[in-house]
Amino acid sequence: MELKYIGLDEINGPLVALEGVSGIGYDEMAEIRLSDGSRRMGRVVEISEGRAVLQVFEGTKGLSLTNTTTSFEGKPMELPLSKEMLGRIFSGAGRPADGLGEICPEKFADINGKPLNPVSREYPRNYINTGISSIDALMTLIRGQKLPIFSGSGLSHNKLAVQIVRQAKIADEKGQDFAIVFGAMGVKNDVADYFRRSFEETGSLQRVAMFLNMSNDPIIERILTPRCALTLAEYLAFEKNMHILVILTDMTAYAEALREFSSSKGEIPARKGYPGYLYSDLASLYERAGVVKGSTGSVTQIPILTMPNDDITHPVPDLTGYITEGQIVLDRNLDQSGVYPAVSVLPSLSRLMKDGIGEGYTREDHQMCANQLFAAYAKVSDARALASVIGEEELSASDRAYMRFGELFEKHFIDQGFDVNRTIEQTLDLGWALLSTLPRNELDRVDDEHLDKFYDTENAKIEFDI
Amino acid sequence: MDRIYSINGPVVKVKASKSFSMTEMVYVGNKRLISEVINVSSDFTTIQVYEGTTGLMPGEPVVGTGAAMSALLGPGIITNIFDGIERPLRALADLTGAFIGDGAEVSPLDTERKFKVTMTVKPGDRLSAGEVYCTCPETPVVTHKCMLSPLSKGGEVVWTAPDGEYTINDTVCKIRTAEGSEEELTLCQRWPIRTPRPSKERLPIDRPLVTGQRVIDTIAPIAKGGTAAIPGGFGTGKTMTQHQLAKWCDADIIVYIGCGERGNEMTQVLEEFTELIDPRTDRPLTDRTVLIANTSNMPVAAREASIYTGITLAEYYRDMGYHIAIMADSTSRWAEALRELSGRLEEMPAEEGFPAYLPSRISEFYERAGYVKTLGGSEGSVSIIGAVSPQGSDFSEPVTQNTKRFVRCFWALDKSLAYARHYPAINWNDSYSEYTDDLAAYYKANVAEDFMQVRQDIANILNRENSLMEIVKLMGADVLPDDQKLLIETARAVRVGFLQQNAYHKDDTYVPLAKQYKMMKLILKFYELGGRALDNGSPISAVTGTGWVEKLIKLKYDIPNDKPELFDSYSKQMEQDFNALISGGEPVGA
Repeated sequence: MELKYIGLDEINGPLVALEGVSGIGYDEMAEIRLSDGSRRMGRVVEISEGRAVLQVFEGTKGLSLTNTTTSFEGKPMELPLSKEMLGRIFSGAGRPADGLGEICPEKFADINGKPLNPVSREYPRNYINTGISSIDALMTLIRGQKLPIFSGSGLSHNKLAVQIVRQAKIADEKGQDFAIVFGAMGVKNDVADYFRRSFEETGSLQRVAMFLNMSNDPIIERILTPRCALTLAEYLAFEKNMHILVILTDMTAYAEALREFSSSKGEIPARKGYPGYLYSDLASLYERAGVVKGSTGSVTQIPILTMPNDDITHPVPDLTGYITEGQIVLDRNLDQSGVYPAVSVLPSLSRLMKDGIGEGYTREDHQMCANQLFAAYAKVSDARALASVIGEEELSASDRAYMRFGELFEKHFIDQGFDVNRTIEQTLDLGWALLSTLPRNELDRVDDEHLDKFYDTENAKIEFDI
Repeated sequence: MDRIYSINGPVVKVKASKSFSMTEMVYVGNKRLISEVINVSSDFTTIQVYEGTTGLMPGEPVVGTGAAMSALLGPGIITNIFDGIERPLRALADLTGAFIGDGAEVSPLDTERKFKVTMTVKPGDRLSAGEVYCTCPETPVVTHKCMLSPLSKGGEVVWTAPDGEYTINDTVCKIRTAEGSEEELTLCQRWPIRTPRPSKERLPIDRPLVTGQRVIDTIAPIAKGGTAAIPGGFGTGKTMTQHQLAKWCDADIIVYIGCGERGNEMTQVLEEFTELIDPRTDRPLTDRTVLIANTSNMPVAAREASIYTGITLAEYYRDMGYHIAIMADSTSRWAEALRELSGRLEEMPAEEGFPAYLPSRISEFYERAGYVKTLGGSEGSVSIIGAVSPQGSDFSEPVTQNTKRFVRCFWALDKSLAYARHYPAINWNDSYSEYTDDLAAYYKANVAEDFMQVRQDIANILNRENSLMEIVKLMGADVLPDDQKLLIETARAVRVGFLQQNAYHKDDTYVPLAKQYKMMKLILKFYELGGRALDNGSPISAVTGTGWVEKLIKLKYDIPNDKPELFDSYSKQMEQDFNALISGGEPVGA
């Protein structure tokens, strides 16, 4: 027998409280039916004997203490799953939103997932060739990794994500096993539309499942969106053995939704008003990437987040950086000088890179080349700082060489363009050519054997016309 | 029967019950979720649940166990991987698959496995708390010693089993206490994780924990039984440094606590440590390692417990007379777990939402380190190396600041060094160790008479470079007089050639103290000879023209660890080159 509760006892922001309830579990789903016949979904977030607090996904607008009947489903929120979900568009709460009807589920799964046992994980080692020099050479993306893009408002993060999707697909040896799950949290309609059109142009729309929560959709639904997206991704990867790339944008909007929800629950805030459990909450999303023993699939995550005021120490990028396996940071100055992709090389990092490159993966000189490029580019910023004080003429010869290296590096290596797809060989050769513009004794991260092989000033002169 | 009254995340309350005691372990709900009592009042008993509470209902039963949250200690711990409440993850994977399920009850230690036990007591012997009654090989490098629990009053051995193969629950020895009751001893015992295991006395700290990492062993060394903190923003190499230490430090046993960190990192430790061979024992590193993995997406309450579980295991092996090093990565995640739980309990927050008892919890943890004389009479130590992940890389935040007060060794990781890929990115100016004086005698006796002096000279060079860099940043290096240019060049050799260390190079990943000392000596010799050449009127360009700075930078690769005699020929070569320079000839080595 299904019990129905008439009316509510309290409404506060997205939360409603019900008294006199029994037999209800924590995290259980509820359906709230309004007197006008419309339905809303809710979830139990706090429960004590006789009293339950629900969060209402679609917001509490129009609810009163008397015009509702609530029934409980007896289970946590589950997402119906099927391979047919590729090519479809869903709302942020996982319901079909493209007018093509309900899907025919193969199974249901709890959207909160379960923690993956570390002993069942396979350490990710296969690199993904994105065709973008700065990423491939310096912060290599590995299959099963979570590598966020730290961006700011107005920077080209969406374009970069699209380029990665387009070019990474080509590098995959078995194209049909590859699919994209796209989760949009609080994005503008035209951003979602941009992604949809781009997927269409690259002919991959049939391999994309989109979960869209727009900026004017309810915030509670936004909290569900990445969970729905990742539940589908895990299903496709670990049960259907596919390689799934999950793009989540924008994590900052997600965290803000969480903050709004937390404050309406009256929780004690930690930094900048975000709840104390922001780290655990973000981790419960980001950690759902990886490779599992006994399955040939993988979940790779590229979450995108905009740093408020370009501040990398803001809690959202900060905590994200502590959980994810590196980050790709975009830089406003580079972007303004017309460089695309405006990847800020020094703060960017891929933690899994060291085990997925080198002989057997990319090329045996990769690590050395990358280390030296990082070290050299770090010196460029010192030289530039000095030049801004004492003027470029006063610089020593080696500092001038670094200044020149910096310019060439940004112009030829980082600035690549949306349509250029470079192989890893091209990228590394370009890297060595750039390093060859520096005096040989400055290359202290490279051993003599490799210097003899790759250090070639003549070639550099021809290549860069200097 | 006590029943659940309310549920909020991992916090469950029971109304008006008098049956629970503080820190008692209880089972919550029909699924029997492992939980701990954290607050008792006449109105409510508050319980934190170590597993997911989804689907739990008010009215479900809560069952006490009568014992405090405790760890099972016995053979089978080493090489194992546990979660924060000592559930064996391998066994869990067999039971619930790749994803961890709720309420799965598994014995922490394998109850089927048989160990080859050798009795060390015989009937008639007296046995007091902490004394060993039998041993068994646990791994090829660790001999497990079963000790009478510190809680026992001891007594006379009345029966022993013959040597042979036993499981951890078999009785191998019986003692009769002074009151006349009999105690049966198996291979294992329980110990409450939040209580430090007692020892006879604390001994002075005077031996280094040799790590083979140059910047640590020379600039800021840690002692056996000491405490160190590694704070650093994300991407500065905390985990990398912890891994290096876990691989190479000369402790007998490593307890690696992955507390709220990435799942892939634990997988990496598992894989790497199985492959890597410990040069001291010729066995895989896993044979001396136990892992506690409570990754960031596993239940937060168990994360809070993982630190205590880890240190309890460490203390247990310390009591056998081993030297243990604990890597806790990261203590900030543990502090955040405290904050999260404190928030759920609606406690009054102090700084940045952290509870007011944060400093006392941190100090309790670090105080469990030490070099002790055990109850059984042997010597053992627990060293703690805790990573700290400061929010926004800001070292003034509460966890870093409070940790700084309770550790004596501070390895500050520096973002700008990490950006330049200078690893380990330990900033030599901000880092310090209070153990240097305690360890001076050891270095003097075991490495070289003048080790401390050489170390100080190197530190001075770095210090003076630091102040010179202020000028260089404003006016460029060209305006400096020659002697200061020499200092800057020498400092470069120290930074790039000595402090920077390549974890992926077969020799450079671990460097013995003797080689570290000789490298420093050679760099100082360059500084001295270069200074003499300048005094003699040679320009700085001639000194750098000898190519010795570059040679010093490549020393770490060019001289293998097992060929220290090469240093002498380098030293002679350097003298020749500079003699030639001073006497006006062309440098030979250029």
